Amino acid sequence: MSPLAAIFLRDIRLAVRVGGGGGIGVLFFLTVVVLMPFAIGPDLALLARIGPAILWLGALLASLLTLDRLFTADHEDGSLDLILMSGTPLELTIAAKAFAHWLTTGLPLVIVVPLLGLFMNLDGRASAAVSLTLLVGTPALTFIGVIGASLSVALRRGGLLLAVLVLPLTIPVLIFGVSASNAAIIGPLPFGTPFTILCALSLVSLVVGIFAAAAALRHGME
Amino acid sequence: MALIDYANPTRFLAFAERVLPWLIGLTALALAAGLYLTQGAPDDYQQGATVKIMFLHVPTAWLSMFGWIVMSIAALGTLVWRHPLADVAAKAAAPLGAAFTFLCLTTGSLWGRPMWGTYWVWDARLTSELVLFLMYLGVIALWRTVEDPSRAGRAVAILTLVGAINIPIIKWSVDWWNTLHQPASVVKLGGPAIHPTILIPLMTMAVAFTLLFVTLHIAAMRNEILRRRVRSLMLLRAQAAPGSAS
Repeated sequence: MSPLAAIFLRDIRLAVRVGGGGGIGVLFFLTVVVLMPFAIGPDLALLARIGPAILWLGALLASLLTLDRLFTADHEDGSLDLILMSGTPLELTIAAKAFAHWLTTGLPLVIVVPLLGLFMNLDGRASAAVSLTLLVGTPALTFIGVIGASLSVALRRGGLLLAVLVLPLTIPVLIFGVSASNAAIIGPLPFGTPFTILCALSLVSLVVGIFAAAAALRHGME
Repeated sequence: MALIDYANPTRFLAFAERVLPWLIGLTALALAAGLYLTQGAPDDYQQGATVKIMFLHVPTAWLSMFGWIVMSIAALGTLVWRHPLADVAAKAAAPLGAAFTFLCLTTGSLWGRPMWGTYWVWDARLTSELVLFLMYLGVIALWRTVEDPSRAGRAVAILTLVGAINIPIIKWSVDWWNTLHQPASVVKLGGPAIHPTILIPLMTMAVAFTLLFVTLHIAAMRNEILRRRVRSLMLLRAQAAPGSAS
């Protein structure tokens, strides 16, 4: 087995077997969405109008919640040092780890959106639109989050700092995710334009994220 | 004299001692000239005298972005050339940039209250400036969290460069987002069509504020170098202490 595949499978096994990282993210997502009607009132028309925004915000916060375990756990048990010393390019290793992280925490969020859309009074078309935008948008959140996770890996109480560093960088993803969803539901702009930009943001953050994270890990672990 | 000559912190300190009094004098002169010229500028036919807050607002807005540019160049200096003063420059620029961004937001909302009837609008320019402020605070938080200055410098440099990519995206995308939801209601300066009676005081104030930024930046760099020397002296003393005790 190649080193990258080994790391990928190891991370997936860890996420599934220990503590259920993805499950906690989904539970948090559910809680945020359930709290919203208590805060803004149970008006179904209003909920349907701001539903996509609430779902996107909930997914953003939930994906943030699991990020600080991405490198910290490896740093604590020493395997991060082995990863850094191995001959495999660090950028590829980070890409493998990030992809495993997205599969175990980002994808479950996308899968539960149709169910949570019912709470937000979204019809099938709207739920599908939000799911689709989250499917192409959550990788961007993961890859931007990888930068924050690698910057704060060796810090005490790095989790809180991670949120402060990462959230401003995710604003473009949030903007285009919500506007693509709204374009599909109420118009008047075509769905394709913001959706394409959202795809582009994911691809750009894939490239920038793994290189910045690799640089941060190399400098931070010396 | 090339820039590389000042890579030595001691030479930079000597340079700062020599140049700072001149810079302080120049800044005071430019500020006085700018403030005098703004008194001569005519009131706007619609906005009256409140338009004069522009002479504070526009230069601070420009310097809020200038601060991030300085930090980005310093970040390149840290990561690419390993210039020993680059992370000192980056650390000194962050609170300055944050302060100018804060001034820009404050003067903007004080101007907005009589003109638009509200302190805050979720407009493209205001929002991107607020995001810039948040990013400055994040960078400052990272500086304070990592104890070793050179490690903190490299972490901040990476964050600064990533943030530099994000700034134009934020500006442009929020613009786009606003046209979807509500038409932009912001007053915009007429670009090159500004009358010289306004333009000359504005440019003078911009020069004065830039000089203020440079002066404070060099002074803050000097303080940071001295602070690091104190830190390394204390580390040396702490290392020596157990040996003498045992």
